[in-house]
Amino acid sequence: MKVNNSLPLEYSTEENSLKILGFWIFLGAEIMLFATLFTSYFTLVNRTGDGLTGAEVFEITPVLVETILLLTSSFTIGLGIHAMRLGNKKAMMTFFSITLLLGAGFLGFEVYEFVHYIHEGLTLQTSAFSAILLTTLGTHGLHVTVGFFWGLFILLQIKKRGLTPETANKSFIFSLYWHFLDVVWIFIFSFIYLKGMM
Amino acid sequence: MDFFERFAVPHPSFLIYGAMVSIGLTMIAIVVGITYFKKWGYLWREWITTVDHKRIGIMYLLTALLMLFRGGVDAIMLRYQLSMPDNKFLESQHYNEIFSTHGVVMILFMAMPFITFFFNYLIPLQIGARDVAFPRLNALSFWLFFMGMGLFNISFIIGGSPDAGWTSYFPLAGNEFSTSVGTNYYMIAIQIAGIGTLITGINFITTILKMRAPGMTLMKMPMFTWSAFIANVIVVFAFPVLTVTLAMGTMDRLFGTNFFTTVNGGMDMLWANLFWVWGHPEVYILILPAFGLYSEIISTFARRNLYGYKSMVASMVAISLLSFLVWAHHFFTMGQGALTNSFFSITTMIIAVPTGVKIFNWLFTLWKGKIEFTTPMLYSMLFIPLFTLGGVTGVMLAMSAADYQYHNTMFLVAHFHNVIIPGVVFAMLAGLTYYWPKMFGFMLNEKLGKWTAWLLSVGFVLAFIPMYITGLDGQARRMYTYSESTGFGMWNMVSFVGAAIMAIAFVLLVYNIYYSIRYSPRDIGSDPWDARSLEWATHTPVPEYNFAITPKAASTQAFWDAKKNGHELFPGKLEKIHMPNNSGWPFIMSCIFFAFGFGMVFSIWPLAIISLIGILGCLTYRSFEKDHGRYISVKEIEETEAKLRGAKK
Repeated sequence: MKVNNSLPLEYSTEENSLKILGFWIFLGAEIMLFATLFTSYFTLVNRTGDGLTGAEVFEITPVLVETILLLTSSFTIGLGIHAMRLGNKKAMMTFFSITLLLGAGFLGFEVYEFVHYIHEGLTLQTSAFSAILLTTLGTHGLHVTVGFFWGLFILLQIKKRGLTPETANKSFIFSLYWHFLDVVWIFIFSFIYLKGMM
Repeated sequence: MDFFERFAVPHPSFLIYGAMVSIGLTMIAIVVGITYFKKWGYLWREWITTVDHKRIGIMYLLTALLMLFRGGVDAIMLRYQLSMPDNKFLESQHYNEIFSTHGVVMILFMAMPFITFFFNYLIPLQIGARDVAFPRLNALSFWLFFMGMGLFNISFIIGGSPDAGWTSYFPLAGNEFSTSVGTNYYMIAIQIAGIGTLITGINFITTILKMRAPGMTLMKMPMFTWSAFIANVIVVFAFPVLTVTLAMGTMDRLFGTNFFTTVNGGMDMLWANLFWVWGHPEVYILILPAFGLYSEIISTFARRNLYGYKSMVASMVAISLLSFLVWAHHFFTMGQGALTNSFFSITTMIIAVPTGVKIFNWLFTLWKGKIEFTTPMLYSMLFIPLFTLGGVTGVMLAMSAADYQYHNTMFLVAHFHNVIIPGVVFAMLAGLTYYWPKMFGFMLNEKLGKWTAWLLSVGFVLAFIPMYITGLDGQARRMYTYSESTGFGMWNMVSFVGAAIMAIAFVLLVYNIYYSIRYSPRDIGSDPWDARSLEWATHTPVPEYNFAITPKAASTQAFWDAKKNGHELFPGKLEKIHMPNNSGWPFIMSCIFFAFGFGMVFSIWPLAIISLIGILGCLTYRSFEKDHGRYISVKEIEETEAKLRGAKK
């Protein structure tokens, strides 16, 4: 494996830069995935049948907490990658751990939110609106869940193998994924919750 | 319901039982055959675990040919049923199942793997690369696709086939009107195969962007690589739409959600819209690589540089953008209003412009060329007029007001077969004939090949032109029978005769393969067609590392320049080559996907949950796996090269 030392560790081999480009293209596909969900959401948002509307069930407090947790985690993973570039393994692992804890906190609040909806009588089967709302939020939540375990595995690998071109590459790609989920959440927050509560 | 009752076919008939027995016997014969010849180890080591793009390509090819015959048998049964008024060969439910599976099989499990075969086999060779960007993912793509295909195909012997058309419109495809598990198969099998296709798209975009030979700028890529690049960009942007749509459809059927129902706010037209937002770009995913193949073939056999390279590229980019802006022309009659219909009418007609540019480019390539009528060239020459006819009827269909007459008639069926058969199928067969010597070291028989091409064209004209006539006269598609007083009988009989001729052409193709394996000369060298691009610059058979020395390209036809203009293709000396290791995990993970899909189709939740855990386990294993590949030493390369040069004579 040829290692080019003039580049950051995560780009240092040819395989690494292929993987980063491939992941960007994957994120392009993910944008289409969420775009389709959002389009369907906007189409179905007023089709509530006999069920509750968004304005009737949305609660600002858990949503705000979720937003703060996820946005902060996006910041901490950025710090983590910065630490990685400086070669500071310990700082990087600390920031990654904080990121994952914030992610877990986000998931906890999201579970609470879902339980609240079901308690209020807005289940997956209630109406077209409830189905698309829970599917869109659920798809994002599933991504965060998968990301949580993925990040955990990378953390374990860094602990065991140190900062190598391989682990650095994985961490960098994971950070792209995490930032992406944050961006999607900003759209969910603005166009599903805020618009729904107005 | 008794546990085993759910696996019974809901509308059994003699044909289905016959199919069960023949499938069972074939499976037993294959297993016994492999065991008898002790080939299990070979199969596992050389094929199932392979990450070599050429072998994966050949597996795609085999799947595509298999599905071509499955879909073809469906087609013959449909045409036979309609050949006479009030025919009693198939009952309505069986007819519904057959046209639904015919469509899905031909588009998704025949045409898609066929073009993916060309992507896999050709792109790394055309751009002078050693493999694709992510060889392991490439194997995963194939096996996911294969398992999706397998899951879809077992539907007609276990539980019943999908019966709501290949478009599976709701509410027809909902639980109320489509009561068997058939549509579950549709939703889940296509989902699994679709993930494979999406991964292929990502893989090839990365490969083309990053792994081109030195000197090969984007505008110096061979035209097939360009077309494949654009098709894969469309894949990456269109397939996620299908993923979401199928997931919503699955939830409607399995979990009782109300996305596409007619109660509780559900919106059935949302399915049609989302389906075609994917579905229309999908047809360009199929046709653009076909255009690429025609470009390669026409330029080779006209012995001329491709005319209008830049306009070819520009028109494909234009087509790829427009392909996302035309979806509503599939349902002009569903009442979205004059403004919307006019918009989609115009965007649809605009697509004819870049397509026309391409047709003229091919004609100008032929102009003053030294044309040589080989089989691939014959297909290309038959393609131009026949495809143009299909394009013209496409513009007719694009007129939204007139579409009220054409909608859901045989006219539409005639149109899309008219573009897909001469457009895609001819290209696949032309490409197969053209690249056959590159893959297997001998040519297919030219005389038999030309007979196949002519029979296919004559059969095609007889089978589909009558449908334009009956369609304009009002014969509806997807109707299993019609009365004698309609007067459609004669034209449908002509169609059946045409379909039978096409069937004979395909049998002839198989015979040609058999005949050529036995009798074709083997000393043809590595460049039997006197071709132009890099894939012909390496040995036949292609060594696993493709090129001993990475080639250098200075134009769109580097190999031609090397032959005629003294361009130095392989500067430099041998170095050790890094290659990826084989792996059984893509296959194992895809098998678990199959079990997951099966569990979902029949709502066997324990199976679905256990397999889901299995899939996640495979992903976890992959995360921790260390695999740095291996090196082929200079000595090994020299030995292989000497051997291959010896075989070439």
